[in-house]
Amino acid sequence: MRQKRFHADQERLTAKTFLVPALFLAPFLIGLIIFTVYPFINVLLISFKEDYRLANQTFSGIGFKNYADVIADPYFRSGLRNTSLYVVFVVPIATVLSLFIATLLNSQVKLKGFFQTCYFLPMVTSITAIGLVWKWLFNFDYGLINYLLSLFGAKAINWLNNPVYNLPALIIYGIWSMIPFTTILLLAGLQNVDPQYMTAARVDGASTARIFFRITLPLLAPTVGLTLIVNMISASKVFSELFPLFNGNPGAAYSLYTVVYYLYDQFFVKWRLDRAAASAVILFLIVLVLTMIQLFIQRKWEK
Amino acid sequence: MNKGKKALVYLILALGAFIMVFPFIWMILSSLKTASEVNTTPPTFFPKSPTWDNYRYALEKAPFLIYFRNSVIVTVACVACTQFTTILAAFAFSRLKFPGRDLLFSLLLSMMMIPFEMLIIANYQTMVKWDLLDTLIALIIPFTSSIFYTYILRNFFLSIPDSFYYSARVDGASNWQYLWKIMVPMAKPSLVTIGLLNAITCWNSFLWTVLVTNDTNVRTLPFGLYAFMSSSGIRYERLMAAATIVVIPMIVLFIFFRKHIVTGVSRGGLKG
Repeated sequence: MRQKRFHADQERLTAKTFLVPALFLAPFLIGLIIFTVYPFINVLLISFKEDYRLANQTFSGIGFKNYADVIADPYFRSGLRNTSLYVVFVVPIATVLSLFIATLLNSQVKLKGFFQTCYFLPMVTSITAIGLVWKWLFNFDYGLINYLLSLFGAKAINWLNNPVYNLPALIIYGIWSMIPFTTILLLAGLQNVDPQYMTAARVDGASTARIFFRITLPLLAPTVGLTLIVNMISASKVFSELFPLFNGNPGAAYSLYTVVYYLYDQFFVKWRLDRAAASAVILFLIVLVLTMIQLFIQRKWEK
Repeated sequence: MNKGKKALVYLILALGAFIMVFPFIWMILSSLKTASEVNTTPPTFFPKSPTWDNYRYALEKAPFLIYFRNSVIVTVACVACTQFTTILAAFAFSRLKFPGRDLLFSLLLSMMMIPFEMLIIANYQTMVKWDLLDTLIALIIPFTSSIFYTYILRNFFLSIPDSFYYSARVDGASNWQYLWKIMVPMAKPSLVTIGLLNAITCWNSFLWTVLVTNDTNVRTLPFGLYAFMSSSGIRYERLMAAATIVVIPMIVLFIFFRKHIVTGVSRGGLKG
């Protein structure tokens, strides 16, 4: 009874119950409204304004023309295809490699701190800076990767200047840069698995591989699922990597557009804000769908 | 594990670690080589006669010290502002009771999936309108509120027992005093983690910097490095020296605070 009255008292809207939280929230909410809520609505609106002109902010009508234009644009289509290929190759490969590394790091090895430092280091470094290093590694004449290939008798590959190899180069770099983050998440998941299950299985004489596939992996499935989705979202936004590798161009022959690069190009190079906004909304919808899947998985596993 | 198996585990781990770290090693080694040594086949591993010339060249030809200063200012300001707004908001969402609190909070959480890349179009216009292009302020103010960090800190605040609050209130402490004298000191590890993740994101921010800065005096390191590549041509020994300048501070930060950063990431991931 007392509990209930206390509760009701707190919920009643009075000057004080409103003012104190409002003051605490103000600095946070003001920033959020100006730089997230307002632009979100604004971009949504611009995406429907046909022939929107930035200078005088005029438009000829409201409709889906920008979306139709964007979807019909071969550069956007190629961007969507490249981004999908990037996601499809980078995310699963990086996840499998990370799972392997995380499992080894979780076993009883010494020098854990040292190994963690090595594996996680790429996570904190600037994409531009380390992208330049990869540009150097991928160099046709003197790059180390081609040198290593030559040791195995393979022909040098023109990674960065032959459009055919642009996407593979981007994917290799993408896998390397995704491993640290993924390994951390999976390692945290592994550390939450009760080691008793493994010990029991080992006592029963199960092999390491069997324990991994029959016990560890099923227990880790929720973490793996979440990691996949989070990585798919971040890989869908691939963009900054193109700058150091291809001197700011989307690949050697403009064949490596990505969704975000298309957005950037329409916005900042061509100043077609209407189309940029439409492609931005499409990007948002992609992220939205992936997030829905994530929430669905989360809810299913929590049951 | 038997001995052979254990040796194999170490071998694989060491090999993998080497591959992950190799680009950094190669960056530093290349930066100490001469132009002719960089362009030789087969490549040398260690520089024959290590030289600082490339660093000298990079520092002379491009204002890397200014870029560095700008990066420090922007990162420190971003982190300080975000910490402030985050602490206050996390307190309101965990300790204070007001109508619609949980609804507002779920609304905010759902906003986390709005990609920043989508917002640049309108945020750029805001910067134009406020006449903030080519200022450091433009690199700071869009990033003073973070839903993600608020979420992490709120979760920590929720774990502090109510009894602390009530006894502090009985002793006459205001909400404000309770927050700064009791909650914030208790939340120090969380705050350090949030601050570090935030600092890494700020330091490496690229897209927004490209959009709103043109003047070399307000560029930060990543964009400065990219501009250096465009303006002074592809000379890898020099580029590697410049890249080293950009990367070293974060490597140092990571080596010192690895545990904090790793805990932070494992709790929810880096949010750009």
